[in-house]
Amino acid sequence: MQYKKRIFIDTVAKHTFKLTGYLVLALLGGIFGMLLYNAISFFAEVRPIDFLTDREWNPTANEPIYGILPLIISTSLVSFGAMLIAIPLGIGTAAFISEYASPRLKNILKPLVEMLAAIPSVVIGFLGIVLVGPQIAEFANLPNGLNALNGSILLAIMALPTIITISEDAIHSIPKTYREASYALGASKWQTLLKVTIPAAAPGIIAAVMLGLGRAIGETMTVLMATGNASLFPSDFFDSVKTITATIAIEMGEVPYQTTHYFALFAIAIVLFFMTLIANLIGEYFINRFRKYHAA
Amino acid sequence: MINNLSAKNLNVWFGEKHVLKNVDVEFPKNQVTALIGPSGCGKSTLLRSFNRMHDLSPDAKIEGTLTIDDLNLYQKDIPVTDIRKRIGMVFQKANPFPKSIQENIAYGLRINNLSYNQSYIQKALEEAFLWDEVKNDLKMPATRLSGGQQQRLCIARAVALRPEVILMDEPCSALDPVSTLKIEELIHKLKEKYTIVIVTHNMQQAQRVADKTIFMYLGEVKEEGKTYDIFNNPVNEITKNYISGHFG
Amino acid sequence: MQLKFKKLTPIVEWGTLLLTTGLVCFFLFVILYDIITKGWSVLSWEFISKLPTQGMTKGGVLSPIIGTVLLTLLTAVFSIPFGICCAIYLNEYAQNNWLTRTIRASIRNLSGVPSIIYGLFGLALFVQAMSLGTSILSAGLTLGLLSLPYIITTTEEALLRIPASTREAALAVGATKFESIKDVVLPSALPGILTGVVLTLSRAAGETAPILFTGAAFYINSASGAMNQEFMALPYHLYMLSTQHQSIEEVRPIAYGTALVLIIVVFLMNLTAFYIRYKYRKNDQ
Repeated sequence: MQYKKRIFIDTVAKHTFKLTGYLVLALLGGIFGMLLYNAISFFAEVRPIDFLTDREWNPTANEPIYGILPLIISTSLVSFGAMLIAIPLGIGTAAFISEYASPRLKNILKPLVEMLAAIPSVVIGFLGIVLVGPQIAEFANLPNGLNALNGSILLAIMALPTIITISEDAIHSIPKTYREASYALGASKWQTLLKVTIPAAAPGIIAAVMLGLGRAIGETMTVLMATGNASLFPSDFFDSVKTITATIAIEMGEVPYQTTHYFALFAIAIVLFFMTLIANLIGEYFINRFRKYHAA
Repeated sequence: MINNLSAKNLNVWFGEKHVLKNVDVEFPKNQVTALIGPSGCGKSTLLRSFNRMHDLSPDAKIEGTLTIDDLNLYQKDIPVTDIRKRIGMVFQKANPFPKSIQENIAYGLRINNLSYNQSYIQKALEEAFLWDEVKNDLKMPATRLSGGQQQRLCIARAVALRPEVILMDEPCSALDPVSTLKIEELIHKLKEKYTIVIVTHNMQQAQRVADKTIFMYLGEVKEEGKTYDIFNNPVNEITKNYISGHFG
Repeated sequence: MQLKFKKLTPIVEWGTLLLTTGLVCFFLFVILYDIITKGWSVLSWEFISKLPTQGMTKGGVLSPIIGTVLLTLLTAVFSIPFGICCAIYLNEYAQNNWLTRTIRASIRNLSGVPSIIYGLFGLALFVQAMSLGTSILSAGLTLGLLSLPYIITTTEEALLRIPASTREAALAVGATKFESIKDVVLPSALPGILTGVVLTLSRAAGETAPILFTGAAFYINSASGAMNQEFMALPYHLYMLSTQHQSIEEVRPIAYGTALVLIIVVFLMNLTAFYIRYKYRKNDQ
């Protein structure tokens, strides 16, 4: 009898654990289904072609216009700018930590990177307003510094820990023999790094960049606070921009539920969902490729 | 001579791999039987078949008859936990629970609803030659013991359940020579009460501790007999090569 | 000339990498320096023990602190049991088949879903469909879902480090599989799991986007702790003070103070996690 009870508990536990596994699947399905369901309600009222080709996002006009293009361009511009800053800094730092830093310095630098990762995005956004913004305004002679450049700098800071950590892992896991072979041919440390180590670690580094990019595209608070949120077509980095995430954050607080405008925000969210998904899938593809050759 | 543990026509597959082929073995009561053979010959697999450790590998398939006394070990209505209570096991690497020394002994008793008291725990530790070393630290985490002490604790843990058989899977391979000798001494003592099956890579150890030796090769039993005979007058050519150290 | 150049290049090369690393450290330094120097003067016992007063231009940040603590606790309650159970399923029970691979892929994708989308999901599911309204309960559930993939991943890593022989030890004395997990595997993995849990919660405590439409309030005049009420939270408070308040310049010091308190909370949680990890590694050897 006792034994039967124990077996019963064992069976119940097993099925409970299994259920939670399936619920995770349901969660992703639920998120996607929710986005899709509400987006379909939107496309019942607005033609998809208009959504994709209209050059303006103005849902509160007398004749609302729901063109996602300026939002996509804004998100892309800010994220692209962030990558321009974060990629060289991230890879350089990763190479320095992995190849040049003494073990003691490593033990200082790694926690610093983790500290940077721990800072909440809203704090970084706040500094965009009070610190980076005024600097940009002064430097470029603008009335204020809330623009794409500000967003790019902040997003670069947000993406740096991801890029550094994953790149460092990749560079670190390149076998010593590669380097030794290069040194044996008379190459310097620098040549070895540029010509041997980094190319060998390339898939891992690309993965790091893609995951950092995914993070930048999906980041809300920093861009919401620091880019000015003017929903226009930006022409350069000194223009104010309104990203997809910021649009959702601002407008969802103001729209009445179950209106076209409300559904429209789910429609742009589904676009955002796919943009980050693609970045992450590419990142994952390269990570798997890297693991295949350098089983960690 | 009474055999209390035996396998008849045992075949084991892991997925497509046929790891044990038509194995017939018997382990005499109150004796130490050593299983020897090169790595991958199936000796650990054989050992683990007896306390149904393969139950949890979904791709393991077992055919044949395994019995303790006259009880079929794989009979449907026999609780597997009962089997494991009767057939204890000691592993290659000492694996004490992340609990106190005392709790390590008590755990098996408690989950199996066996009553016990302090003197019972003392007796188990005494049987494993460990009591004198730990009697003042029974509440100490078991992980703080030395490797040899940990392994003896694992033996005490197995002994506490009053099993009939103790299976040992290379119990000394991770230990220093002094600890190894101590465990071998212990094995000598334990066979008065228990039937012992020991997997070992160490030829000297097999000769020191075992009454009977079984040589396995590529999933088959190649030769078996009294330990002295196996090591001094092996019949099979492969056995001869193995014990003289030509491969392994 | 050639020789001189050759001597110089390693320094230039090394300098380039040092410069990138230095810049990254500089970012961190500037962030911390600015927040600490400007927030420090605001920080006082009054500041963390008083409710905001006079349209949030005076007083402290007690209600956002209480809100953040409660919210983080709710997040923990919702995400930890679920996450640990799921990790146990994946590491201890699941076979390597397409279904398991799909579950793992979903978890990786869930951790890449932008936090604002979790906010939308929380709005649609908890606030509206389940009629929980904009409340701390809805926000906690939303953050619980957001934290789930991280809890699962870190727990699974901790379980993965437990050798098979530990599980077998329990089975060999007659434990059922569940008993071996409950009594042996989980206690062994506990420090690793705890580290992951605390790190995940520290991240949740700093999140703003998911609580924007699920329950965070601009201002409430009491911190009641009722589950169906809106609440103030430190990150949202900072966002409001720095962008939405009618006299932004006037409340700037309070914003700095709030940022400092938030950073202290998050760093303390991180330190706790590192301490657990450090102690565990030391015991391990």
